[in-house]
Amino acid sequence: MAITHGVLVIGAGLAGMRAALAAQAAGADVALLTKVYPVRSHSNAAQGGINAALNPEDSWESHAYDTIKGSDYLGDQDAIEILAREAPGAIIELERMGVVFSRDEHGRLGSRNFGGASHARTYFVGDFTGQAILHVLYEQLVKSGIRTYNEFFCTQLLRDAGGTVSGALALDMRSGELHQIHAGAVILCTGGIGRVFEPSTNAIICTGDGDALAYRSGAPLMDMEMVQFHPTTLQSNGALISESARGEGGHLVNRLGERFMAQTAPHAMELASRDVVSRAAQIEINEGRGVGGCVLLDVRHLGAAKIMERLPQIRELALEFAGADMITDPVPVLPGMHYQMGGIRTDVCGATPLPGLYAAGECACVSVHGGNRLGANSLLETVVFGKRAGEVAARFAASRPAPALAESLGADEDRRLRALVAQGGPERSAALRLEMGTLMTRQVGVFRDGPALAGAEARLVELQGRLSRLGIGDKGRLFNQALIGALELDFMLDLARCVVAGAMARTESRGAHTRLDHPARDDAHWLRHTLCFPGPDGPRVETAPVTVTKWEPKERQY
Amino acid sequence: MQVRLSVQRHHPEAEPRSWWQEYTVEVPEHATVLDALLEVRDGQDDSLTLRCSCRSHICGSCVMKVNGRSALGCKTKVSKALERSGAEGVIRVQPAGNMPVVKDLAVDLEGFFGKVAAVKPWLQPTGPAPEREYIVSNAAMLNVREAMACILCGACVSECNTLEVDGRFLGPAALAKAWRFTEDPRDGMTAERLGLLASVPGGIWDCTHCFACVEVCPKDVRPMDRILELRRRAMEFGFNDSNGSRHSQAFHDTIAHSGWLDEARVAVRSLHGFDELVDWVGVGIRSFLRGKVPLRHKPIPGALRVKAIFLAADRHAPRGPGPHPGGA
Repeated sequence: MAITHGVLVIGAGLAGMRAALAAQAAGADVALLTKVYPVRSHSNAAQGGINAALNPEDSWESHAYDTIKGSDYLGDQDAIEILAREAPGAIIELERMGVVFSRDEHGRLGSRNFGGASHARTYFVGDFTGQAILHVLYEQLVKSGIRTYNEFFCTQLLRDAGGTVSGALALDMRSGELHQIHAGAVILCTGGIGRVFEPSTNAIICTGDGDALAYRSGAPLMDMEMVQFHPTTLQSNGALISESARGEGGHLVNRLGERFMAQTAPHAMELASRDVVSRAAQIEINEGRGVGGCVLLDVRHLGAAKIMERLPQIRELALEFAGADMITDPVPVLPGMHYQMGGIRTDVCGATPLPGLYAAGECACVSVHGGNRLGANSLLETVVFGKRAGEVAARFAASRPAPALAESLGADEDRRLRALVAQGGPERSAALRLEMGTLMTRQVGVFRDGPALAGAEARLVELQGRLSRLGIGDKGRLFNQALIGALELDFMLDLARCVVAGAMARTESRGAHTRLDHPARDDAHWLRHTLCFPGPDGPRVETAPVTVTKWEPKERQY
Repeated sequence: MQVRLSVQRHHPEAEPRSWWQEYTVEVPEHATVLDALLEVRDGQDDSLTLRCSCRSHICGSCVMKVNGRSALGCKTKVSKALERSGAEGVIRVQPAGNMPVVKDLAVDLEGFFGKVAAVKPWLQPTGPAPEREYIVSNAAMLNVREAMACILCGACVSECNTLEVDGRFLGPAALAKAWRFTEDPRDGMTAERLGLLASVPGGIWDCTHCFACVEVCPKDVRPMDRILELRRRAMEFGFNDSNGSRHSQAFHDTIAHSGWLDEARVAVRSLHGFDELVDWVGVGIRSFLRGKVPLRHKPIPGALRVKAIFLAADRHAPRGPGPHPGGA
């Protein structure tokens, strides 16, 4: 028996909840689906803040320019203008919902400096801004009464005879029952692809499900090679040490105590854009000036009081996982995979090229981040484009006749899932996942070249082949996490191939994508997005132009 | 280092009763209990079911009991857990308490989230919206932020002694969330919220203030302290129609009067109506026979000095009129 709703939102983090609330406000009957619970979403982990040109001395044009420059001119300027223009309204909206933003001495919203920004425009809640906003959106979700399906895992999108996306097949993880959900529009808000790399700052749940669902339905994935390596992560478990440590005045030094950013970014120093800082840190490490494979983050000069007020959470993380007290010791850090600039191609309203399918948040590529994302712009993207996608999807769902889908579409999928559980092979999904992740970090990391990428592609094809020999130990129906893990791995291998395909196609260095064999930025040929379409032997890459409005591309200097 | 874990398993499809299963894994020195459990799941037994996500105690998924005490798996170092595991050197892992078990370490959270929803946990401003942001002090936001640090992990609920015997209790997580709104200067429904919390069955007066939630909260939210503050404010607002508030008031009054606690009077004044009094007759008789209820309650020497303390405290009352009971 199919479940029917007006708009189906898949993913209940910041973008998903914002989209659901917007769709409901626009009159739709909304279903929100998550493979966890909304408050478990990885939006929680964002620490530093959310950008907006709210200060009268600041301007949306300045915010837009910083973002465009930060993107290394791969960002679409029409989308970035929208992001910057709508930012102030989005922050005020969040504040009115109840977010406990830090205040200045006049009781107004207080701001801090952040990477790549020419003005202090990052609004924050201590060092747990993401969690603070996520929980307030959850409060609004509870108030709204929107029907939420917790611990439901989507295995496939559904399209009607005309090709319009009209719903999804979703596994109720607790009971093991597969459901057919029909909807007038589907919005994917499933977050990033972090677990394709090992290590990663991302949560275990960040497996890019929505990217894969869209791709397998024929929607192209854009700029997949653009993966951000955050400069300051902990070696033991990949945990993130927020940019706010640098925003509050922290220094990065090498083994000799030198602030090495002076070489590459003499003006912005530690607050240059993340790709610049990650490359600089990686070079120090590669050339032997690191400390145990890391560089050092030093905030001792800020003093205990400031550290406890502004950076309490990251001090705890450093204490627990690096054994270093930020008040008295420098913390060893290294670049780690953190964020996906690329994703499902959408227009400025969140619509993908497939009718009925929308996307917002990290899984979408509008593109506002281009080749590199500025800190505190991702929280902003979720609420600005989540809202837009929700409104537009609701209008689309209202304008089309009810989806006409056969009731039995789930039967084949159910058989496939049962067969997957029943099959007994020698391969283990956890081991394959680790192989994929370490391969990606080693050969598709901060520094790339043609032969390493070709080698990575060959290994990924081999790993995909081994999926057919996967053995799942848990043969039960109830809450079978081993089955979910296998499905996620299947998704991730497709996405890994797209990352490699994009990286191989782009024969230049731009933003976070650095080719040792093509070290220069090549605007003449490559002021373009890469697009991965599913082909018989893997991703097929095309390109599309970048939208330039007011800001002519020039060399990026920090 | 090598670690031995004993995990309480439950697979209701296969077997109605739970059982303990022991595992041995190799983990790095700094590993957490979650790391060890994932090593089991990934390397030895993929049927071991547990919720986890962020690995850095911000998502709240991995609540469990380690050596009998509620905690986040990702915040509990294996080395620490071994110190507290007794002579055997085996770390005991069980699902969180006070919530039905679904499978292995995964518990049913519907009731937990339902109770949070029951306190209307969304900002309800009254009056016209400001032009931009509400003007509020950073101190006020820092105050509320302490409760906003809650990640809804459920460790407090898992450990709560009241919930073990009374499933109606709203619980520390929901009540700490409710406190957040009574303290937020932008919310206009303080009186209504306090009135509800003071009168609903399972509300603020059902906490036994045992400190268990304060001890296990990974985010230092201190739910019990919030509940006691809610009681104070509810009484300030005049919501005194409950056994708990009458009890507090009676404590205050008898000590202020005679310098020490008049148990009999407090008991009688706490209860509501003749029917409840009748219920307590048995206890009253037994107490009397054990000499707990002196027939004459005389003021102690120095009772006037005690009364002076109460008068001084009332003069310096921090907010509004009314008694300021210390709890109990």
